Amino acid sequence: MDSLDSASPQSPRTSDFRDNADARFKVIDRVIKRHQFQQDALIEVLTAAQESFGYLREDVLAYVARRLQLPPSWVYGVATFYHFFSLQPQGHHQCIVCLGTACYVARSAEILAALEKRFGMKAGQTTSDGELSLTTTRCLGSCGLAPVLVLDGEILGRQSAESAVTRVEALLHETESPSSQAVSRSTESEEKP
Amino acid sequence: MNRVELQAMAETERNRQKAFQCRFLCCVGTPCLSAGGGVVQEALKQAIAVQGLDATVEVVGAGCMGPCSRGPLVRVLPAGGEEAIYEHMTPEKAGALVEAFAGPGCSSFPEESRISSDSPFFGKQVKIVLSGSGRVDPDRLESCVAEGAYTALAHALREMTPEEVCQEVVRSGLRGRGGAGYPTGVKWNLMRKAQGERKIVVANGDEGDPGAYMDRTLMESDPHRVLEGMALAAYAVGADQGYVYVRGEYPLAAQRIQRAIQAAERQGLLGNRILESRFNFRVDVRMGAGAFVCGEETALMASIMGRRGQPVPRPPYPAQRGLWGLPTLINNVETFGNIAPIIQHGGEWYAGYGTEKSRGTKVFALAGKVSWTGLIEVPLGITLREIVFDIGGGIPGGRSFKAAQTGGPSGGCIPAAHLDTPMDYESLQELGSIMGSGGLIVMDDRSCMPDVAKFFMEFCMDESCGKCAPCRGGTVQMVRLLQRITDGGAAPEDLEQLKELCLLLKETSLCGLGQTAPNPVLSTLRHFREEYDAHIREGRCPAGVCDLSGNSME
Repeated sequence: MDSLDSASPQSPRTSDFRDNADARFKVIDRVIKRHQFQQDALIEVLTAAQESFGYLREDVLAYVARRLQLPPSWVYGVATFYHFFSLQPQGHHQCIVCLGTACYVARSAEILAALEKRFGMKAGQTTSDGELSLTTTRCLGSCGLAPVLVLDGEILGRQSAESAVTRVEALLHETESPSSQAVSRSTESEEKP
Repeated sequence: MNRVELQAMAETERNRQKAFQCRFLCCVGTPCLSAGGGVVQEALKQAIAVQGLDATVEVVGAGCMGPCSRGPLVRVLPAGGEEAIYEHMTPEKAGALVEAFAGPGCSSFPEESRISSDSPFFGKQVKIVLSGSGRVDPDRLESCVAEGAYTALAHALREMTPEEVCQEVVRSGLRGRGGAGYPTGVKWNLMRKAQGERKIVVANGDEGDPGAYMDRTLMESDPHRVLEGMALAAYAVGADQGYVYVRGEYPLAAQRIQRAIQAAERQGLLGNRILESRFNFRVDVRMGAGAFVCGEETALMASIMGRRGQPVPRPPYPAQRGLWGLPTLINNVETFGNIAPIIQHGGEWYAGYGTEKSRGTKVFALAGKVSWTGLIEVPLGITLREIVFDIGGGIPGGRSFKAAQTGGPSGGCIPAAHLDTPMDYESLQELGSIMGSGGLIVMDDRSCMPDVAKFFMEFCMDESCGKCAPCRGGTVQMVRLLQRITDGGAAPEDLEQLKELCLLLKETSLCGLGQTAPNPVLSTLRHFREEYDAHIREGRCPAGVCDLSGNSME
């Protein structure tokens, strides 16, 4: 086991690590260390990596593979197998539509369709300005509140297509500057009738 | 900590609770929290502080109380008075609630938001697994101990041999609650006799069936119940290491279990020399990362070992060669939830509930088109009608009952004609469905059955791990055929091909996911054949869900 300070190996990639805020790699190192460099802890390590980087970049996967002494193909295989891991950057805001059975019975597909139409995107995509990611999930276990929408981690129950679109629009406007907010509001009112 | 100290802890906590004039238990399960339960709890605390009642009134978080659609829920326990649950609580109502129960005046609280304990929702329920849920504070060990946590373990470690623990579970007739229904006692006996340097116990909390959240609720509401069950299992089979595998979508459940493990270890209720005996048992939490197939036991083990969650053929069974080649006992979280009461009250007591072949109680997550949705625990053998119309309060909006879906993507739909079927493992299987983990989704006449079949088949297509060809390719073909049916472009031959594919998947898939994937199609074909015919031959969707090239949706 090499000491952590010699972590970044003297390879051409070293500069990459230095540029990209080493603190985030330290988070990965901490988790690896906590699991005593066990290869079995790969999923835990990848989860931590995704939490600190937002998504699993190629160099992050390579780094994890090297630290755990696993073949890169193995790490890539695990990262692509599980739905939780994303190899693409995620949007600033996250919108998850539940497509579990109870939500399906309560017509959550209509909510998804409305959101897709309003923001011109498909489930699993991120808007070109990187503001919004739209994804689906199979049951959050909040079936009593169906249909359910998750906006940036907050669970919203009993949504309709209209209320969902309104909530997402409101969320996007919050982060915009006041002037652009006014503009988008006016375009919105034009669209409505 | 030893047995006497455990009793003392329980006694101290009970006395502490009795000292309060009134106690408010706020549901802190995910459904109530997402309905705003956290704010309500804060508001109650503030109201008490404002009215200066800190010494006589307590506000605590508690687990799930059942009727999730009515959340946020608050249970009121007035000293000497009748307890009740108040539904749809808001921060604005908090002050009035405190005043009504603990204030000096005789103000009263609106009766319409009160759910009394004799409400029909609770009438037919028997709470064994969920007995502590909604009453104990999951984050405080003392609160769980006061309700009897770890007394069964203390009893078993002192008075029972591992064989006797296994025998008690055999006598109870408990069957695996994950869906397949394998007798738990038999599994434990096999595991006890298995040869291995070390043995491992795993709680399967990868509850992937959409519409099922029993395991999550139990882990969130009464984590010590699960841990105690695991420890009893470990003692019975001779294991010293345990894992709780929690589905990735359940961060709160994982956090509560983790905290519970730490608290129990600090008090010597888990870890080394448990309750000053020679028994050692460590428990670790493993998080899933979003793969339905990991509910299958061999895939689950692969995932615990940090690999892709792909199943491998059995035998060897996990009891022979499991995690890292060691004998491994895998039971569902809910199964472990049954163990402590069985040891405490005896197997015969437990076998007194349920039917001849399906003993005990089962937790169902009742959802869909019923007036009362939420988590219920009923004796097995209760009829579907009782669940839907008595407990669930019937179909809202004057609609009619069409079908109930059990068992998630591996189960099937039960039509109205079979409403009086007893809910037990065998009867459900005869109808082409399965007990499954306990999701029960009620559909009214606005659900289209071929569309439902397509929904589940799409789920299986997405979740197929891709290892074996029948499942990987078959699910795609079946989705295509079902898509054609719901689009109105299907020919009568397509139905034959669909049936053939069903048989192929059932017979040749590697694991349970593929083998049971055709069930939703087969059961809807069996009970709702006329709907398929209407789509194919008449070009119409009786429920008005499918857009058959522009001649429906009216």
